[in-house]
Amino acid sequence: MSTPQRKVIDSRGSFCPGPITDLFKAYRASNIGDILELWATDPAAKSDVTAWARKSRNEILEITDENGYIRLVVKIINKR
Amino acid sequence: MTVTQAEKTEERIQTSSKLLIILSKGTLDMVYPAFMIATTGATMGKDVHMFFTFWGMNSISRKTVGSLKVASVGNPGLPMPNILGMIPGMTALTTSMMKGKIEKAKMPSIPDMVKMAKDLGVKLHACSTTMDVMGVSKDDLVPEVDDIVGAATMLELGEGGQIIFI
Repeated sequence: MSTPQRKVIDSRGSFCPGPITDLFKAYRASNIGDILELWATDPAAKSDVTAWARKSRNEILEITDENGYIRLVVKIINKR
Repeated sequence: MTVTQAEKTEERIQTSSKLLIILSKGTLDMVYPAFMIATTGATMGKDVHMFFTFWGMNSISRKTVGSLKVASVGNPGLPMPNILGMIPGMTALTTSMMKGKIEKAKMPSIPDMVKMAKDLGVKLHACSTTMDVMGVSKDDLVPEVDDIVGAATMLELGEGGQIIFI
């Protein structure tokens, strides 16, 4: 069992489906317990990542509006 | 006991795990949405199939995949009088305008979208009748294509799931 990692994925400037595919690629390479932090400027990222987390049964820890971008923090608790 | 909206949504998420996209058009404004929905569906854990028929075949043919265009005629969404679309060179102009906007939004090219879809597990099916009608052979298709099938197979692949026709 590896130590949980925290990874930042910078999708700023890219629009649907950019952020969600970037997140998914990181998710595929992740382990249970890892924290993925997605940075996005696409306003749809909030609802898209929420829907993705619900569907993939992972946990959203935080969604915050930063200066000019959105920061979405997801904890990986389920892997298929 | 009453079923809450959240439970209904949860149930729907559980059951709708299949997605079939039938792509019959070969212009950028049709092909992009098809691949955007397909790749997103794959990230949502859906079992995604794309069926390419008629002009949709252009997006999986080696010769045309990198040079899809936006139609300048019969496209009332363009910011110009429709009749100007008939002027020679207009298709090239509207296409380069759209490509510029796509690049600005950091969206991948269509050949990259095809690769991304494949990488995410989307299955790509070519329509056998279209291949016959249009004189396309297996060697003309991009290597990402999984197989060549007919309408019956396509309908079976989509059975019980969401079906989108473009």
